[in-house]
Parts: sequence; structure tokens; C-alpha cells
Amino acid sequence: MVSTEGLQSVSRVLPTAGLDGDFWSTQGQNLLLATVAVVVFITIVLLIMYGADLVKGRGRDKVTLIVLISPVLLLLGIGLVYPALDTTWLSFNDVANEPDPATGIYTTVMQFIGLENYRFAFTDPSTLRTVLNTFVWMVVVPLLSTGTGLAYAVFIDRAKGEKILKSLVFMPMAISLVGASVIWGNIMYDYNQVGEQTGILNALGAMVGLEPYNFLADNPWNTLWLIVILVWIQTGFAMVILSAAIKGVPVEMNEAASLDGANAWQRFWSITIPSIRSTIVVVLTTITIMALKVYDIVRTVTQGRDSTDVVANRMYVLSFVEGREPLGAALAVILFVFVIPIVIYNVRSLNKVKENR
Amino acid sequence: MSVTMPPQQPVKDKDPKKGGGPGKGAAKRAKQRLTSPWATAAAIVIALLWTIPTIALFMNSLVPGDRYRTDAWWTVLADGDLTFGNFNQVLFDSFGDNSTAPPLLEYVFNSIVVTVPAVVFPVVLGLMAAYAFAWIPFRGSNFLFVLIFALQVVPLQLALIPLLRLLGPENLGVAGQFPGVWIAHTIFALPLSVFLLHNFVSHIPREVLEAARVDGASHTQMFFRIIIPLSLPAVASLAIFQFLWVWNDLLVSAVFGSANTYPLTYPISNLAGDYGQYAYLVPPAAFISMIIPLVVFFSLQRYFVRGLLAGSSKG
Repeated sequence: MVSTEGLQSVSRVLPTAGLDGDFWSTQGQNLLLATVAVVVFITIVLLIMYGADLVKGRGRDKVTLIVLISPVLLLLGIGLVYPALDTTWLSFNDVANEPDPATGIYTTVMQFIGLENYRFAFTDPSTLRTVLNTFVWMVVVPLLSTGTGLAYAVFIDRAKGEKILKSLVFMPMAISLVGASVIWGNIMYDYNQVGEQTGILNALGAMVGLEPYNFLADNPWNTLWLIVILVWIQTGFAMVILSAAIKGVPVEMNEAASLDGANAWQRFWSITIPSIRSTIVVVLTTITIMALKVYDIVRTVTQGRDSTDVVANRMYVLSFVEGREPLGAALAVILFVFVIPIVIYNVRSLNKVKENR
Repeated sequence: MSVTMPPQQPVKDKDPKKGGGPGKGAAKRAKQRLTSPWATAAAIVIALLWTIPTIALFMNSLVPGDRYRTDAWWTVLADGDLTFGNFNQVLFDSFGDNSTAPPLLEYVFNSIVVTVPAVVFPVVLGLMAAYAFAWIPFRGSNFLFVLIFALQVVPLQLALIPLLRLLGPENLGVAGQFPGVWIAHTIFALPLSVFLLHNFVSHIPREVLEAARVDGASHTQMFFRIIIPLSLPAVASLAIFQFLWVWNDLLVSAVFGSANTYPLTYPISNLAGDYGQYAYLVPPAAFISMIIPLVVFFSLQRYFVRGLLAGSSKG
């Protein structure tokens, strides 16, 4: 690997890039590395599992159990639980580079400062704005995606070509947030001060005589235009789950209601909605969490300009670009606090499902 | 995060065909739809809004660089100037804000190298743990399972800084290399993987496993002879899910990767906000990045939907 890195950095100094001499050997090495990693991983798993099977007598079940669950528990403990606690601790501290009194060498010193990072987050105007923006994302994205997804699922239920109509709206689920951001930020919302409008929406506006509109610079509406991108992706998810739930509503209930003279609108509100209520809640919570954590859209489209920044993006910039990790940690904890009610709700409903088994 | 389907909510792929004669039933069902012209019009508008943007992206990637900032694609189309040359240039010459930037093909390979192990590792480890939680009773089993379930919802932002330090030069020394990215992706995927596969594995009929147990099969033998073959549909759903997740990821790759490992999303995200002379390279690159996930999605949509309905989605 070391030699590859050297070669690559040399080749990039040359005036033209392209597929230079090392290209295929580097890619070949990387592909080989991935193949070897998978093969070695599977081999180790097989060896350890069959090794545990060789244990004689009563100990065998115990050894097998340990082999089965310890990788997951170790990885989650070391890679997720401990880091989460460490981040929380970091958020109550400040990190400074100070000379060591004995040796004079500069070292990183942690100093406990209590809630100072949180006070900063909620009083510094631009950081407070990112918290408020995140809150708007968290409320608007689930409502719009679930509402649109539900309406679409009902409209096309049992329609001709339902499968294809579903695929069309579901398709953005396969597109990356970066790809969707390019689609909307660079193409739908594109804005030219003068000349022909190359953006789809401004071109349509020009056809009906509207002045060109700079979607991404118009604070505070620009946050809404960014939110549209995530709604565009998440509506398909809401639609597929809700459509399956709608099909689970017994046909007899609708038949009985229409015999009683209920029209489609009344049946929708008095039969469909109550029958699928718990599924709606599940969809809303899933999308809420998605909206809370999204970083790709803001980073790709505006980089947080014009007051569009959100906590997830600011957290990344603070921690990995500006080196203000304690403040970044505080923002990560704020994100977690937003989801705590959802964690509790989910654990409760999991226990209910288990009781009903 | 997780979707726990409530038990009273039967979820079916297909319309339950109940009662009525063959012709009569269909007519009845058709009558129950919200068949107003407004509903149809709204459905058409939504379907168009959800497809036109992707088509517009494709048309934009055909606009030559010297006309990109000034002319819309339909004007260029009218002049007969659309070209596939941008795809060639982006893939094989250079992609970035200067002419010495490496070509996109390098990132295509990086995406593949990042994705394959990052799908295999969590699926295999998740299936092992799912079997243990479902079929091997032990003390603390319930508590640990609920904990793993709750971890699905924890924003991964909370783990980034310390995990980077753990993988970084002072400790494991794999940050910025492929193994570091694989490990990070594996860790973040495990809660969903365990939960989704547990849902499936725990529904395997008890008699099947007890019969094998009576015949003297060990847990290892049952895992390989019964659990793996029977849970292949769930494994397929999860693998597709994880594939799309890793392929489309930006955050994990940006934090744990480096210039040698960045996948497609990274350079595209960097150049998208730069409206300079290389802006015309962004649409073709974005389109290229979508081809593989869209092919996977459309060919394996059944499994993907099944995975979603079985109780999952992740963020």
C-alpha cells in the first residue's frame, strides 16, 4: 500500500490526469485487497465456528454462544457505545494545546467546563440557527413525505399500472442524497441573473412571465427548498409502507361503509386512517430520524451558506475541518437528545410486540 | 432506524382476494377507489414531479462545456449539439476543479472496493448474533437485544470523533485506508442487521429446529444446515439495503476515508457547489454514480421492498 500511495501522489503532479500507467495496477491491488479481506473473513468465521463445534460435552453450547454473539457485542461496545459515552464526556470539556510545565512540550489538555459548549450552541446566533433549522427539517420532512406518500398510495391503489406508478415514486430511494442534491441544486433550482434560464423551475417561471428567482439564496425559504430534496427521496419509502398497510385493511369494512352511504372521502377518514394509524406513526418516526441526521444535502448544495446550515453538517465541519471537537461533540449530543423520545417509544413498542407473541 | 410493525397490522404484498364472484368482486373493488378526476390528476402530477428531475439530470449531462452556463439543454438539443463526450471526459480524463484531478473511474473502483466487504461483514456477523438471540437462551439475552435495537436510532454522529481516534494512527492505524472504512461501515450497520435478521430467524418454526436438536445436531450444525438456507431471502433483502446504503454514503467515507479511498459521492459533492468552469462535469458524474444502484434497485426491487416491510429502514 505504501508504494502505491507514493506513486499516486507523483502522478497527480503531472499536467494531465487520465488513466496513467499506475491506474490499473492500483485498482487491481485494491480489488485484490477487498477480495482477500472477504475470503479471509469468511475463512476465519468458518474455522472458529467449526473449532467451537469440536468442544466435547456440555461446554459446547456455551462456547458456540460466545462465538456467535461476541463479535457483534465487541464491535458495538467498542465502536458505538463507548464512543457515544466518550463524545458525551468530551462535550463537557474544552481541549487546548498547552506546554507541559515539566518538559515544555505542547500537549493536548482536556479541561472540564461544564455546560459551556451547550451555552455557546444556544446563544451563538449562527449555531442557534443551525439548531432551529434542524428542528424545521425534523418537523417538515416527515409531515410532507408521509402526507404526499399517503395521498399517492391512496390515489393509485388498485389503479391500472399500479406497480409502475409505484416504482416511479419509489425510484429516488436508490439515488444517493448527493445525487439528489445535484439533481435539485444544480438543475431544478439553477438560477442565472441574466440570459436564458438553464434551471428547470426558472425556465418554467419565465414561460409564464415570472422574474428569475434565486432559490438557494432566499433566506429563510431556501431551507424549505433544501427540504424538498429529502421529501423527494423519502416519499417513496412512506408510500410503499403505507400502501402495504392500506391493502391490509379488510375489504368488508369498506363494503359495509359504502352500503351505509359513506362516500370515498368519509371512508378514507373513518376507516382507512384509523386502521393504519400505527403504521403512520412508524413511518413518521423513521423519517424524523432520517431528517435529523442528514448532512449530505446541505453539504452538497449550499455548504451551509445563506443561513441554511443544519446541526449534522456543522458538527462535521467543527469536528473534522475546524478542529473544534468539543463543540462538535456538543452538537452531536443535541442530535441525540432530539431522538431520545423516539428511542423510548420504539423500545416500548418492541416490548409490546414481544408480549403479543 | 427501526420500524416495528405492530402485530395487529397484517402487511400483505398482494390484495387479499376475498368473497364475491370473479367478475363481481373486481367491479366492487374498483368502485371503492377514490375515483375522482382530481385524485387522478394529482397522482399524475406527483408521478411527473418524481421522474422529470432525473430525466433532466440526464439531459443536462449531454450539454457541452462551452454552452453549459449559458444555454439550457432544450436549446442545445434544438441546435443538435448534445454530446456523450462529457461521459468520456469525466470517466477517463479528469473530474474535479482542475485538469489534473483524477478521473471518475478511480472513484467507481473505490466505491466497489468500499462496498463489497462493507456488505458481507455486517450481514454474516449479524446473522450469527441473530441466531443466538433467537434460539439460544442465555442470561441477559433480552436486555442485550433491546440495547442493540435501541442503538439503531442513535445518530452515528455521536460515535464519529472517538471511533476515528480508535481507528487512527495512535491506535489501530487503519483510518484513511479501506479497512478503516469497512470497519466503520460494519459497526454502524450491525444494529439494523441483527434486528432485521432476528425478526426473520425467530419466525422459523420451532419444530424444525427441535427435530434437528433431537437428532443430536449442535448449534453450529443447525446454523449451517438450517438457519443459513432458510434465511436467504432475508439475507438478500438486507444485503441490497446495505449495498444501497454504503454505495450512497458520504459521511462515513468522508470521516474515515482519504484521497485513496473516497467513493463516488465525495468528489461529486465537492464539485456540485462550485459553479465555475468545471460545473458541466457534475451532471454526467452524478448520473454515472446512479447507474449501478438504479440497476440493482430495479432488478431486485421485490427483495428490497420485502426488507423494508419486514421492519427496517436506516438513517
